[in-house]
Amino acid sequence: MGDFWLPEAASSIAPEVDGLFIFVTVVSLIFLVGVTGAMLYFVYRYRRQHPGERPAPVEESRALEISWIVIPTILVLLVFNWGFKSYVNMSVTPSGAYEIQARAQQWNFLFEYPNGVTSDTLVVPRGREVKMRMSSSDVLHGFYIPAFRVKYDILPNRYTSVWFKATERGEYDLFCTEYCGRDHSEMNKVVRVVSQQDFQEWLQEAGTPKDIPLPKLGEQLYTQRGCQSCHSLDGSEKVGPSFQGLYGKENHEMTDGTTLTVDENYLRESILEPEAKIVQGYNNLMPGSYSGLSERELSGLIAFIKEQSDKAPPEGDAQEEQPTAAR
Amino acid sequence: MSTDTHTASETEEHHGEDVNYLNHETSVWSWLSTKDHKRIGILYCVSLAAVFLIAGVLAILMRLELSGPEATIMENDTYNQVFTMHGIMMVFLFLVPSIPAILGNFVLPMQIGAKDVAFPKLNLASWYVYMAGAILTIAAVYFGGVDTGWTFYTPYSKATGGGVLWMTSAIFVAGFASIFTGMNFIVTIHKMRAPGMTWNRLPLFVWGLYATSIVQVLATPVIGITMLLLILEQTLQIGIFDPALGGDPVLFQHFFWFYSHPAVYIMILPAFGIMSELITTFSRSRIFGYRAIALSSVAIAMLGFLVWGHHMFVSGQSVVSSIVFSLITYLIGIPSGIKIFNWVATLYKGSIWLQTPMLYALSFLFLFSIGGFTGVMVGVLSVDVHLHDTYYIVGHFHYVMMGGSVIALLGGMHYWWPKITGRLYNETLGKIAAGLVFIGFNLTFFPQLVLGSRGMPRRYATYLERFTDLHQLSTVGSWILGAGLFLVLGYALWSLAYGEKAPQNPWGAATLEWTNVAAIPDPHNFKRTPLVTRGPYDFHLADEVFGGGDGEVDGHGVRVPEAVPSAPTEESTA
Repeated sequence: MGDFWLPEAASSIAPEVDGLFIFVTVVSLIFLVGVTGAMLYFVYRYRRQHPGERPAPVEESRALEISWIVIPTILVLLVFNWGFKSYVNMSVTPSGAYEIQARAQQWNFLFEYPNGVTSDTLVVPRGREVKMRMSSSDVLHGFYIPAFRVKYDILPNRYTSVWFKATERGEYDLFCTEYCGRDHSEMNKVVRVVSQQDFQEWLQEAGTPKDIPLPKLGEQLYTQRGCQSCHSLDGSEKVGPSFQGLYGKENHEMTDGTTLTVDENYLRESILEPEAKIVQGYNNLMPGSYSGLSERELSGLIAFIKEQSDKAPPEGDAQEEQPTAAR
Repeated sequence: MSTDTHTASETEEHHGEDVNYLNHETSVWSWLSTKDHKRIGILYCVSLAAVFLIAGVLAILMRLELSGPEATIMENDTYNQVFTMHGIMMVFLFLVPSIPAILGNFVLPMQIGAKDVAFPKLNLASWYVYMAGAILTIAAVYFGGVDTGWTFYTPYSKATGGGVLWMTSAIFVAGFASIFTGMNFIVTIHKMRAPGMTWNRLPLFVWGLYATSIVQVLATPVIGITMLLLILEQTLQIGIFDPALGGDPVLFQHFFWFYSHPAVYIMILPAFGIMSELITTFSRSRIFGYRAIALSSVAIAMLGFLVWGHHMFVSGQSVVSSIVFSLITYLIGIPSGIKIFNWVATLYKGSIWLQTPMLYALSFLFLFSIGGFTGVMVGVLSVDVHLHDTYYIVGHFHYVMMGGSVIALLGGMHYWWPKITGRLYNETLGKIAAGLVFIGFNLTFFPQLVLGSRGMPRRYATYLERFTDLHQLSTVGSWILGAGLFLVLGYALWSLAYGEKAPQNPWGAATLEWTNVAAIPDPHNFKRTPLVTRGPYDFHLADEVFGGGDGEVDGHGVRVPEAVPSAPTEESTA
């Protein structure tokens, strides 16, 4: 029965929730069969035999009425108590839990580990309590891992948290469950549960060294920060302009009719203040949350966008890297 | 059915047989300016049928989009607008007014022996205010549509542009229609009852409407204020809900559910009332536990104000609040359970006649039970953490709202159709449609319960591959459900023009609108104010239903009705 109704269970609290779910389902089913069965039996047994029937009134039974008040009350109080206890367990984070930050924005999650590693896949160690400390940079989002039976909303004005202890290695789904706009349904990620040892190794490797080349950093940010959902690299049409051939483009037309040449300063402004200049043919749908990028991340992204174009750098830009650029 | 229908009380209804509320004046203006509660019920009926049709077609489009995991017939943006409009129209413009405004308006004064509601002009105003709300809704669609979901959660509802302000204005305005109806009914029930119509003799439909009206009057202002605050925040940049201005988005959720949970009872309490009428009439049996059913409606109406937080177990409210809200939620489940048991017990040793309205009543018992049990499930704190905002919730509230309210409304419309139109619908087609609706409904929404418990989040335009099968099953179900409902529309329209003329009391019911009102009601309902001498379901005492002793059987196989005595004129409460 559990296999039919519930997804795989991969956290320490999942068996508790599943037991409760199955208990309520079974008791409900018994009542449903009872009620429906009695109904169908009465409908058949007391069907109208001839039109003039005038059945005698039935005496109401006080004992019957009291029993169907008392028995369900006892059952629901039992279920309440059970649910209350496991809810308290869910709500109290064990001390010493390993803390991971989850940052949500339209329509992406980013996970940051204590050593500064960021990742768009949630990698967690098996058998260790993990606390997710969550914040949103725009609207409400939700953090939901069905296999762990955990869920909590992510708010823009304060931290919320959930904790879990993964018990099975494997890959699981992570969904946004608070409606957040256009690509809400695409705001899902993968949770990878690995052994403690693999986790430590991953944490070392995934660390972004300070000397990573700027375009490489930009490439990482492009997927981690969700740029790819609106800006393609191959020129295909998406919600925002493609990055292919964008840098250096002349006569780039804006909605107010002006044109400009795409240079570093334009890119910088468009990342930090998307509403400042809107490209002709597009709407201003870009979240303002990118203004939180660090200076180095910004440079990385711009360097990455530059790489997507073979056009010559425009005049205003720093020329030292391509001193021979013809104009 | 046979054609010799004119046996319905040959005695006194013959005087003004040709004059009835439908034909005594016929101009368009006479309809638009009518203060007759019956005609206002029909105005509401036509408007709400249009809303239900549009919102239903949107639902079928949603199911089509979800027939495959990727975008099939529409983009994410469009899908988001479609599910939002489906929700808003179904909840605010259809379900909230539905039963009180159509059947309550039509039936309530007749059931208590009154010639109209207490404030007929206010009643007409209610319809016009509702229409203003509907026009604002159209404006919202015209000015860019709404993609917030019917819940308008901030700060997204502030960030997204389009028609949000128009839509919130529409809900603000339409709320007044609901308040007007509620006030009207409360005063009518208190002051307009015929002599002898004591509180213990009120039909249970009236009790249901009474409880509903209390909720309408007390809760609706809160959604009005909430919508007004949203509008003020957006136009004047006052920080109330938007964190960027120092507001709190969770506050919005409290305000919203403080209305929208009681609104669930606005939708279901009148449905309970209809159920009591159908079960008793078609089992010709006194209701089991009259007082328990009547008072549990009022108890539900009161407790309904104290459970809004169960929508917010994972949204950032304190753990202690969640625990308290969960406990009260269970308390409210008990009275609903009592009603189900009482209805089933009413069938015991009855004389059960399986006509279309009764089929809907039996469907209700099954579907609403599932709605109730899944409601107990999502009230369990730790289980709700898993199920919140998944398709389990979608399945649950459709079992309650559609399996409960809409099924009861359909049953009630079939039941009172002969009284409203003076025509009979085709019973065979009626039964086929009821079967299609029942099968289609379960096929549509049961897979959604399974989808949800397996982890499928709601409000998703696209989904993962592994959910495809159940989604497709649900889509097929929506076609069967749609076919059933279109069949109802078809034979209803047909019966208006070609249906057999209805007798005065085709079901052998014992309440006043059947026993003492002509086949098509007189403009003033009663020729003489009735004097009520027994309870609404005292079939064993109701000689007017059975013609006294072993009376004649009319062509429909129902005993010839005989009217209850009239009150002395000086005591009449007009």
